[in-house]
Amino acid sequence: MKHLDSIAHVTGRSRYLDDIPEQKGTLHAVVFGSPVAHGRITGADLTEAARLPGVVAIFSAADIPGENQIGGIIPDEPLLADGTVHFRGQPVFVIVAENDFTARQARSLIRFDYEPLPICTDVQEAFEKQSFLFPPRTFQLGDVDACWPDCAVVVEGEAATGAQEHLYLETQGAYAVPLENGAMKIYSSTQGPTLTQRIAGRVLDLPMHQIEVEVGRLGGAFGGKEDQATAWACLATLAAWRLQRPVKLVLQRHDDIYMTGKRHPYRSHFKIGLSKDLRILGYEVTFLQDGGAAADLSPAILERTLFHTTNAYFIPHVKATAYSCRTNVAPYTAFRGFGGPQALFVIEAAIAKAAFELGIPAWQIQEKNLLAEGDAFPYGQLAEKPHARACWDTVKTAYALPLREKEIAEFNRQSTWLKKGLAMMPICFGISFTKTPMNQAGALVHIYQDGSIGLNTGAVEMGQGVHTKLVQVAAKALSVAPHRIKMEPTDTNRVANTSPTAASSGADLNGKAVQHACAQLRQRLHEAAGKLLQADPDAIDIREEQVWLSGKPTDLRWAQLIAEAFLQRVNLSAQGYYATPHIHFDKSIEKGSPFAYHVYGAALITATVDVLRGRYELDSVEIVHDFGNSMNPALDQGQLEGGVAQGIGWLTLEEVRYNAEGRLLADSLSTYKVPDMGSAPKRIDYQMLQAEGPPLAILGSKATGEPPFLYGIGAYHALVNAMQAFRPGLQLDFEAPLTPERVLMALYPPEKEQS
Amino acid sequence: MIEFWLNDQHIRTALPAGLPLLDFIRYESGQTGAKVGCREGDCGACLVLEGRLTAGALHYHSIVSCLTPLAKAHGRHLVTIEGLGAAAPTPVQKALVDHSAIQCGFCTPGIAMALTALCLSDEDLTEDRALAALDGNLCRCTGYQSLKRAVRELLLILPIRPEDRPISWLIAHGFLPAYFSEMTERLTRIAAPFISEKEKTLVAGGTDLYVQRPDALLQSGVTFFQNAPERTGIRIEESRCTIGSEVTSTAILQHPALRAHFPRLEAYGRLIASTPIRNMGTLGGNLANASPIADWAIFFLALDSTVVLTGPAGERELPLPHFFQGYKKLDLQPGELIAALRFELPGPDTFFHFEKVSKRKHLDIASVNSALSIRLEEGIIAQARLSAGGVSPVPLYLEKTSHFLQGKLLNAATLQQAQALAQEEISPISDIRGSETYKRLLLRQLFTAHIHELFPEVHEAP
Repeated sequence: MKHLDSIAHVTGRSRYLDDIPEQKGTLHAVVFGSPVAHGRITGADLTEAARLPGVVAIFSAADIPGENQIGGIIPDEPLLADGTVHFRGQPVFVIVAENDFTARQARSLIRFDYEPLPICTDVQEAFEKQSFLFPPRTFQLGDVDACWPDCAVVVEGEAATGAQEHLYLETQGAYAVPLENGAMKIYSSTQGPTLTQRIAGRVLDLPMHQIEVEVGRLGGAFGGKEDQATAWACLATLAAWRLQRPVKLVLQRHDDIYMTGKRHPYRSHFKIGLSKDLRILGYEVTFLQDGGAAADLSPAILERTLFHTTNAYFIPHVKATAYSCRTNVAPYTAFRGFGGPQALFVIEAAIAKAAFELGIPAWQIQEKNLLAEGDAFPYGQLAEKPHARACWDTVKTAYALPLREKEIAEFNRQSTWLKKGLAMMPICFGISFTKTPMNQAGALVHIYQDGSIGLNTGAVEMGQGVHTKLVQVAAKALSVAPHRIKMEPTDTNRVANTSPTAASSGADLNGKAVQHACAQLRQRLHEAAGKLLQADPDAIDIREEQVWLSGKPTDLRWAQLIAEAFLQRVNLSAQGYYATPHIHFDKSIEKGSPFAYHVYGAALITATVDVLRGRYELDSVEIVHDFGNSMNPALDQGQLEGGVAQGIGWLTLEEVRYNAEGRLLADSLSTYKVPDMGSAPKRIDYQMLQAEGPPLAILGSKATGEPPFLYGIGAYHALVNAMQAFRPGLQLDFEAPLTPERVLMALYPPEKEQS
Repeated sequence: MIEFWLNDQHIRTALPAGLPLLDFIRYESGQTGAKVGCREGDCGACLVLEGRLTAGALHYHSIVSCLTPLAKAHGRHLVTIEGLGAAAPTPVQKALVDHSAIQCGFCTPGIAMALTALCLSDEDLTEDRALAALDGNLCRCTGYQSLKRAVRELLLILPIRPEDRPISWLIAHGFLPAYFSEMTERLTRIAAPFISEKEKTLVAGGTDLYVQRPDALLQSGVTFFQNAPERTGIRIEESRCTIGSEVTSTAILQHPALRAHFPRLEAYGRLIASTPIRNMGTLGGNLANASPIADWAIFFLALDSTVVLTGPAGERELPLPHFFQGYKKLDLQPGELIAALRFELPGPDTFFHFEKVSKRKHLDIASVNSALSIRLEEGIIAQARLSAGGVSPVPLYLEKTSHFLQGKLLNAATLQQAQALAQEEISPISDIRGSETYKRLLLRQLFTAHIHELFPEVHEAP
């Protein structure tokens, strides 16, 4: 089934937040962000700004009726700065005017006085000062300290990955409309409507039932609109509530880039020990997570880093400790992979370093240590049907690893100025919110008298196709044609207390809730049909919109069945609910079984480096991926290809840098470069692993949102491999992104040039 | 009054001339298919078609509406995704759907328009050119593979379009709705050019001004070059070529005579901006911008170029290197305009090459760019011109290095000394485009790359 929105998208008729027709009297808001990274506010002069014709109001922290607090996990982040600012771009005022042009003019007239405070933008410095956002955590398996003497080779090193800007093409935004009796309706570009509702209620001191949040669709999110959509919705709502007029707040790209948080940069230290036969015996790692100025989702992201410490490998002795360090930049937040990619980068760096030390290709170590049935992850869960080796073996043969190695070696012998390299990349990713209570979902299904169906869930459509999958689930469960089903906007009035659409879990959780609702409807319809046909309801079935009795089709079709059921006064609406069974995790001992299942895969990546200019291309990414029983191969392929490109972008072109004053240096699309068609891999091939999907995956179809991002890590190593063909013995420092600048500087190191 | 056609709709508006066209389309006309992605011409979500009459013939190309002042639309036909009609998906739209080349959909209208522009172009369609039609569109979801499949599908179903009447062919085959056949006549009826009344900010292509200060332009108002004959067109007299300052990058890159003189011109062009930006940005704007990494400035500094300025005191012509006086500082008097650029076309003994390295290969600003021309007489360098951007406060003509090369044998020893001299002539600074050390290294590599590309036999392995 094609993406539900296909035709609407290609004809430009899909409606995003900024496309919602504005009500009469709508005002426009812009946010004044702190111009300094750390300081005590000593005064602000708003008079000139307020005097500008068209300016309606300027709100500050003092105007917040409820709690000035938007922290989702830890209450450490004010909506509007109060007394002290902690990062450049931190919202201080919200300016409301007749149009956004006037609001921007007014913003430039605000005079802001502050007393500077020391600025820290370096994670190492924050660590040394013990400046943490919350206490560190450690996961352990076996006895790592005791294992080193048994190792034939032990290597230590550092690895660092940079931040990554989400660059959803649709910027953050919200449109808040006052309703009668003090209620508010918020249209928000958020992945978490309930979160937005809860925090807006907290800020306005309103009960949740007074706030309705509706989400039509998002123009991309990638985690960036999970917690970080909240502030903009709350600011628009604060203004609309105070003025009792509709207020729209849509961030311009520049504001979005410098005011919102990104993927967490990590700096890590690793120590890895291997036996003579290349089995990894011990792995010790310290992760320094740069959390930015407030906790945001960092505690959960740090936790997922720890969960993914060992990637798809079994390592008997592991100790992993993670610290979240406070710096004066916008709070880092969720981004596809949620701390997992950062962990995988380190273990792969450790393996690459050990391989270099041993003078062998890294894949020989990777291959030796893949998870087997019953192996324990460091957090205690046992690997169940781990397809790591099946994926690996299939890639190796289907895409002919030994032949490719030979071909590349031959190419490199012939070519002086272009060099090729390859790398293998196995992946493993756990599916479920690691915070167990978040693994629940609801659905509300209405069958209307004419047989058409309205489907409501908590799942937010952001391009991934979750709405399409949910329609497939409902169509299958009710045995009707998909065109009968309309997916409704995600709305807190229809389905309450939802989890954000995140953690790759949207289709699983909401799909299971849809199944639960549809099963109830099926039962009632079977009873209604039984009455009509004077038969036992257990002998009734509905197949492709037709009622069957005792295995034979009857003349009773869907529309007529529904009309008759209505006359029989059958409840044609059902609420479904799902909570993932069996999962648990005990933080006090850092052990449990937090994931419904794991997703596995393996990729072979090849790259070409222009060693004269430092430019490079990714030639191919060839993947065998564990989709389970993919319920929609076209959508899953899209997630796979998109994730790969985004993962490669993270480790190659996408460079986020702050200067010592905490100013973001690449703060626009002309300086922050995401992959375009020319820099995306020339070819992505894949095969679906032939394996049954687990029962906790919707229709056995495994989650595909985040895992493919991890393949991008292989691109880093393929590039290094190519560079080593030009400079044998070249050892990289595992600093990502590997920009053309880093490549050229590594190929022509200044000191070597002189000798 | 600004008068134009938006899709099938006749527009007459007195709104400010400097209002971004995108804002007019979305918030005044209420057609929301074109999206606000970045407002700096980098994402293509607001991409629309612009149709204009040239010598009675209607031609369409892609532009980004975020960087286009409303008044620039005067006399033209602007087409948004809504303008493709609602009847049935066009073959472009169908290819996108069939190959699942859509996810969140925010970039999709811009991509559909870029591909429709491709169908309207009169260049021969190769796969390479077809894929390059999307060099101004970002998609954060698909990883581009499904888009590539859709483009390849189009190449299969787009049989050879008739060269003379592409529009009627495209209408007949469902790529464009029927009203396109009336557009030539409709546009002809908009006779008078748009005249702004007062002294306002002069905008050429707008591709930099509208990135830097859109709000200021809305306040100050804008005015345009009025198609003065001396500033339009490309003229060749003997070996001297004159390019009017209003000539767009696309017009330069597609000029048959220039392509003949610069065999790799199309490939160089791919390194400069993107398709819609090249359709908008002008040579004069690139020079007036005075950016130290301006691609055309670097290109022409390596040729014997002069810039022609006209002003109240008449016309004057000065060597291009003298035009750039300091960081963003030009030898341009108040009231003076850049009229044209003149340069010596490379003869059969002259070897020219342009190089550019940026973080991303396409639609990115150079870390360092460089051009070299060398005229050889019996193995001796009779004349050399080396230029480089990103290595000094101005687009740099490396005078000493160029001078040094003159009269020398073209060999490794000469080049080694020239490299050393070039390093003395440059003064790069560390910034977001790269560290000082990197830029120094990069210029050395690009100088080597020039030799590698032009005289592979001279360039030895390291």
